[in-house]
Amino acid sequence: MPNLILHVVSKFLIPLIIIFALYVQFHGDFGPGGGFQAGVIFSAAIILYAMVFGLDAAEKIIPSYLLRILASLGVVLYAGVGVASLLLGGNYLDYSVLGSTRVAGQHLGILLVELGVGITVSAVMLIIYFAFAGRGRE
Amino acid sequence: MIDIVVDITLLAFLAITAVAIVRMTNLFAIVMLFGIFSLLSAGLFVVMDAPDVAFTEAAVGAGIATVLMLATLALIKNHQVSPYKEVTPRAHRPWLPLAVVGITGAALIYGTWDIPGFGDPNAPAQIHVARYYIENAVPETGVPNIVTAILASYRGFDTLGEVAVVYTAGVAVLLLIGGRRPKSTVKPKAEKGQDDA
Repeated sequence: MPNLILHVVSKFLIPLIIIFALYVQFHGDFGPGGGFQAGVIFSAAIILYAMVFGLDAAEKIIPSYLLRILASLGVVLYAGVGVASLLLGGNYLDYSVLGSTRVAGQHLGILLVELGVGITVSAVMLIIYFAFAGRGRE
Repeated sequence: MIDIVVDITLLAFLAITAVAIVRMTNLFAIVMLFGIFSLLSAGLFVVMDAPDVAFTEAAVGAGIATVLMLATLALIKNHQVSPYKEVTPRAHRPWLPLAVVGITGAALIYGTWDIPGFGDPNAPAQIHVARYYIENAVPETGVPNIVTAILASYRGFDTLGEVAVVYTAGVAVLLLIGGRRPKSTVKPKAEKGQDDA
């Protein structure tokens, strides 16, 4: 049953929610927020889309196989930053060796690590939602 | 002054919501009240100057958790069924549970007398490593938000473990109820969506 108000309002809201998620993700160094919150907000946008336009439409945007790859990719990115700092001569997850200066290295490391957290959290939240909601349509 | 008023209002609403959750049997209403409970907690965290925690509580507790519980509700019945039937009326005596809850509550309140005051600079939590973080986080990492610096850099191992936990939860859900279902039980339209995936 299509609902005109829900469709129009969610079409207006979803881009804003995604932009806000990206803001929380990449502004987490300066204000409240970070990868975890950004991932949840991003997945909330997709879940809103799935609720209003249907699960099949949402799975066309982000297919499940992509979600599984993304969920693993975030963990690999996080752990990979640790391995990279090992290879560059530092301790595991010691970001200071990643950049030209200590502070630059720390900044880059925190940015990448938070990105990994965000990717994994948003993918896993969507995996869980799709799994639960997918049971209902049988 | 205004902080105290806001605190008392939020805590009163929290207590009212908790009592309402306990007394209700309609699961849909209970899920919505859980969301309200999380949102009120988030407001409380903002008053206590912890916007990062409030952010997480609002997004996860009030947002995603509510949606997931609603999705679960869609699969099960909407109404809580009483787990037991009273064989003989008045067989259920509330006095023992009431005494246990009362004594436990009194012990917990007695325990709070020794807790250092909110924001006390001499509290054990503040004199261990917190001082080092506050003094060195910005010069060492160049990140103005100390919470992010601690979570992502000083406690990087911890956060890596948390991400692994989230990932494991996703894998567990996929193993339990996700993935491809037997063809006989799936409608053709749903099956098509699975083939795309």
